[in-house]
Amino acid sequence: MGGALTRGERQNLLKGVGFISPWIIGFAVFGLYPLCASLYYSFCDYDVLNKPAYVGTLNYQEMVGDSVFWKALYNTFYFAVFSIPLGLFMALMIAIMLNQSVRGRSVFRTAYFLPSIVPLIGVSMIWMWLFNGDYSLVNFVLSRIGLTGPGWLTDEAWVKPTLILSGVWQVGGTIVIFLAALQDVPRSLYESAEIDGANAPVRLWHITVPMISPAIYFNLVMGIIGALQEFVRPFVMLGGTGPNRSALFYAVNLYQNAFDYLNMGYACAMAWVLFVIIVLLTWGATAVSRKHVYYGGDG
Amino acid sequence: MKRKLGRLVLYVLIVTGAVVFTIPLVWMLATAVKPIDQAMSSPPRWLPYQYVMEVDGQTVSVGVDEMPEGAVPDTPITVGVAYQWMLKIDGEPVPVRPRVESVGAQLDMAVDVAVHYHMQVQDGGVWQPVRLADNDVVPVVEQSVDVVMIDGDGYMSRKAVDPSQLRKTYDQTTKDMEASFGETETLSVPVAALSKTLVPWDDRKVLAHVLIEQRAATVGDLSEKIAFRWRNFGDAIEAMKMFPTYLKNTLVLCVLTVIGTVCSSTLVAYGFSRIDWPGRDRVFLLVMATMMIPFPVVMVPLFTLFRDLGWIGTLRPLWVPTFFAGAFNVFLLRQFFRTIPRDLSEAAKIDGCSELRVFWQIILPLAKPAITVVALFQFMGTWNDFLGPLIYLTDQDDFTLALGLQFFQSKSGGTQWHYLMAASSLVVLPVIVLFFLAQRTFIEGISMSGLKG
Repeated sequence: MGGALTRGERQNLLKGVGFISPWIIGFAVFGLYPLCASLYYSFCDYDVLNKPAYVGTLNYQEMVGDSVFWKALYNTFYFAVFSIPLGLFMALMIAIMLNQSVRGRSVFRTAYFLPSIVPLIGVSMIWMWLFNGDYSLVNFVLSRIGLTGPGWLTDEAWVKPTLILSGVWQVGGTIVIFLAALQDVPRSLYESAEIDGANAPVRLWHITVPMISPAIYFNLVMGIIGALQEFVRPFVMLGGTGPNRSALFYAVNLYQNAFDYLNMGYACAMAWVLFVIIVLLTWGATAVSRKHVYYGGDG
Repeated sequence: MKRKLGRLVLYVLIVTGAVVFTIPLVWMLATAVKPIDQAMSSPPRWLPYQYVMEVDGQTVSVGVDEMPEGAVPDTPITVGVAYQWMLKIDGEPVPVRPRVESVGAQLDMAVDVAVHYHMQVQDGGVWQPVRLADNDVVPVVEQSVDVVMIDGDGYMSRKAVDPSQLRKTYDQTTKDMEASFGETETLSVPVAALSKTLVPWDDRKVLAHVLIEQRAATVGDLSEKIAFRWRNFGDAIEAMKMFPTYLKNTLVLCVLTVIGTVCSSTLVAYGFSRIDWPGRDRVFLLVMATMMIPFPVVMVPLFTLFRDLGWIGTLRPLWVPTFFAGAFNVFLLRQFFRTIPRDLSEAAKIDGCSELRVFWQIILPLAKPAITVVALFQFMGTWNDFLGPLIYLTDQDDFTLALGLQFFQSKSGGTQWHYLMAASSLVVLPVIVLFFLAQRTFIEGISMSGLKG
């Protein structure tokens, strides 16, 4: 290949590779090597203390019969299925509201955005306090309107909804991306639609949603990647598992296998399954988006 | 008409939403400045308060067990009043504890009172508590005195000191009293020398020798005063024990990771945007693809790698990798570098500038806004990171704030909510302050990452 290059090209190649060399080294050491090693470990019995011993697909076979694994996968999917659409919907609605000419818009924007930068550990602490069974503000407010609040963090049926709610609190980043997209939608589209007699929901569905579909797609993919790796909140708020493993998430289960039970091989196999799931879902979202996402001129 | 109604609905929705989104943060701050009984009280109240009452001509906060239901101003109530007996020793008022409770019978009578004190030696600028090695020897000027002191490692050692370096201090607070080598002595003083001083109810466990008496009053005598309990922050820091260490580690990591990210990502982004080399865009696609790799996939081998390097239990696994350019930052910077006109660097190159000089003198100064975004995001990422420290840090001496907070929470369980919220505020507030200082950078950074993808 080198022979085909001119002197200038060769010089540029050297310079270019020189500049990106930190990334090359970093990728080799902290990316490619761990990737390969983890794939190899996933076929091994490995407890960190002893050398990995090749066991073929045993880890993967074990996974099929591991009820805890399935429970964690179910919990994670349950969380993703509700939190992603809910998050996208809330973020879009708030972004649309913030995009109107309202008085004190910057104050509102700050109010909606601020929670999203709160460190997850802080979010967990605040949520544990707000949704505490006995003295919580939330249950007090509910009792005022005649409802008995559940044990949000102690009742098996309620822990996942609680986590989903705390996720919705942090949609600030998604809102900002939607807002930026909304500002690029030409006003004239709405005006002509209004003349044609289209009401607000129709305009939302037929103008706004298609026009900002790239942002929806982006937020959807980010949502999938984030939700399937959800770790800090269940780990901190529910001590990792929650009542009857109702809040045992995939990433938490993986962490426990790796560092609590020292089943590093099994953990790596789980990680690769997660990787495949993420790739498949992202690919699915992309395939759907090919049909429906509108990119400027090349529709 | 319909328009107006629409506006009204919009405002109601947007205000309600904003309030709901803000309440959790406000509730955290409100809890952080309450005494524990008010944090746990039902119905909950937003602002911390105290009951104040006029006692012996002085307005002071008092203890109220529970407001009787349906109280009217005439409802009788028993309140707790906290006070100290003070004795002037060398002109300084010192809290004392009378040996007998019936002070005040006859003013000329002498009573025995106990005072708590410490001997201290000046040691490297600070006063250290010590015990006189031989209690019978009264320090005499110009003679050395043997004292016993505790050194930094917790061992006791005996040392001869100059008496001029020795002083006697009377303990004012319970914390003073709990320090090692405390001594008590009994003084016989005339009753008239003692003065009764009322102390705020909330200080009753902080100040030394506080006594409590019950007073009969009526509800009408009491009034409520808003009183923020700022002490919670100090107390929470103390309860966390190693808070300063956690803070130091977090700041060290923030500085190192920001430096690492900015240095490496700008170089790499330059290589991907300002130099045309064969295969560049295909390699860049690979960079983008690495963003897809979930952390759990590389978690175990990275752990083993760092263990083999002997880095587990040090901060290194958390900052060294940032010196090798993360894909996301490279992407952000590359987008920005591409917008800088070619002509600028071409002209410089014709003048004989090397690539590095173009990078340093032309591109970097122009790219300041993008670099600020990258630095800010990295700072936030490091400050907020939980999983990384959880995996790599084993020793409390290395914990970051995020990990330290979780450790504190799991240790104290669900009891000390006011301290937990105070500690959480200390972790959350710096981020919020940073947001208000760099609001534009935040918003621009996020829109940049979302749209140009």
